[in-house]
Amino acid sequence: MPPIQGPRAIQGPREVLSADDVRRALTRIAHEIVERNHGTDGIVLVGLQRGGVWIADELAGILAGIGTPVPVGSLDVSFHRDDVGLRPIVPGHVTAIPVSLDGTTVVLVDDVLFTGRTVRAALEALNDYGRPHAVQLAVIVDRGHRQLPIRPDYIGKNLPTSGDEDVQVSSGGVVIA
Amino acid sequence: MKHLLSIGDLSAADIHGLLELTDHMVEISQRPIPKVPALRGKNVVSLFFEDSTRTRTSFDTAAKRLSADTMNFAVSSSSVNKGESLRDTIETIAAMGVDAFVVRHKSSGTPQLITRWTNASIVNAGDGWHQHPTQALLDCYTIRTRLHRRDGFDGLRIAIVGDIKHSRVARSNVDAFTSLGAHVTLVGPPTLLPPTLDGWPVDVSHDLDAVLPELDVLYLLRVQRERMDDALLPSLREYSSMYGLTAPRAARLAPHSLVMHPGPMNRGVEMVVDPGELAGSVILDQVTNGVAVRMAVLFRLLGSDINLKGDAS
Repeated sequence: MPPIQGPRAIQGPREVLSADDVRRALTRIAHEIVERNHGTDGIVLVGLQRGGVWIADELAGILAGIGTPVPVGSLDVSFHRDDVGLRPIVPGHVTAIPVSLDGTTVVLVDDVLFTGRTVRAALEALNDYGRPHAVQLAVIVDRGHRQLPIRPDYIGKNLPTSGDEDVQVSSGGVVIA
Repeated sequence: MKHLLSIGDLSAADIHGLLELTDHMVEISQRPIPKVPALRGKNVVSLFFEDSTRTRTSFDTAAKRLSADTMNFAVSSSSVNKGESLRDTIETIAAMGVDAFVVRHKSSGTPQLITRWTNASIVNAGDGWHQHPTQALLDCYTIRTRLHRRDGFDGLRIAIVGDIKHSRVARSNVDAFTSLGAHVTLVGPPTLLPPTLDGWPVDVSHDLDAVLPELDVLYLLRVQRERMDDALLPSLREYSSMYGLTAPRAARLAPHSLVMHPGPMNRGVEMVVDPGELAGSVILDQVTNGVAVRMAVLFRLLGSDINLKGDAS
């Protein structure tokens, strides 16, 4: 028997945020980061490989315009995942943390927050680079279905989804496929 | 990939893949706390039937940085001395639950043989004159990094100098270097070259001074002193004057060229100058990279058989 096709499957990919929406969300998140932390002192942006890296770079660009420039790094959590081995290690996406994280406020940046397992792995990986004063989480899309007690501090958009949908984020917008 | 027995079992793409994975391992090794949980619960046993300093400690460090459990099997204080056979030894240890054996043995082919007796992965850490694949991989990684050749070694000129005949390092490195596209010249006295080089994609020379200026990499092998007893060399001094890296020879190397040695080094024989004063010496890089390369190999062999139900991000 063929699988029952839901209305979404018939519709195909649909755009939920446009490129302008993503840009506005990033601008808002940047201001929220400054507001929450009373400036940008001690802030380090860390983008999660691979989807969070360009977002961290964008945020850093916006923050540089409204405060002082902040360090930006990237974090590959592959070796800290609880499902290591199921996912191929993507070559060329190596962790790069430019500063010691001791005493800093780390803002982890990712595109989509889903089960929370990537963030859990990231929290563990961060420990290897020092002891941050605080860790905050910024995501473009929170799509629900959390499997761990993790919540974001800065959200571009809350997006109710079903578990089998695929959410794709790029600077060109957010698409559900 | 289940075992790593010989470079010949790897395609150029396999080698590139391992070197790319090594980039990740280098980054892990540079962290303030250089340890990740990737191989938690895996048991790695090193089984060295032959002396070794760097290879054994390098594998040990690599396994620990990936959070694997390690067990060192000291052959000299084991039941091997009571006459236990190799097969019984392997089966006994394997029965305790082993995921990988790191094996060094004086007889070529021993690691291959062991694969028949256990389900564990086997990593060849040197077998007789045959192969020492992780040495070749760490040498490739060192050249790739220091000469900025991420995409391959096309056009690189590498000379391997010394006792080619008895060298597993030479055999592994010829395979790896040529697989990545380098042009390899073997240099040594006729008594220390293999009797036939059919099928080896290399040039041969007996005159180091002739090939020296055009090299990108000068790879010196250790002169094994026991070869003196076999009357393959008239004297160490003569070897040194013909094939040792002396100050005048070092001065004739191209400025960008690298000087490599797998260790342990015989100072005053193949290495006459102090390598610490050679601009192109990357001998300590080789040791450092050895840990990262072995992490990549262990992860490639053991990291992909974890049976968990997949979870998306």
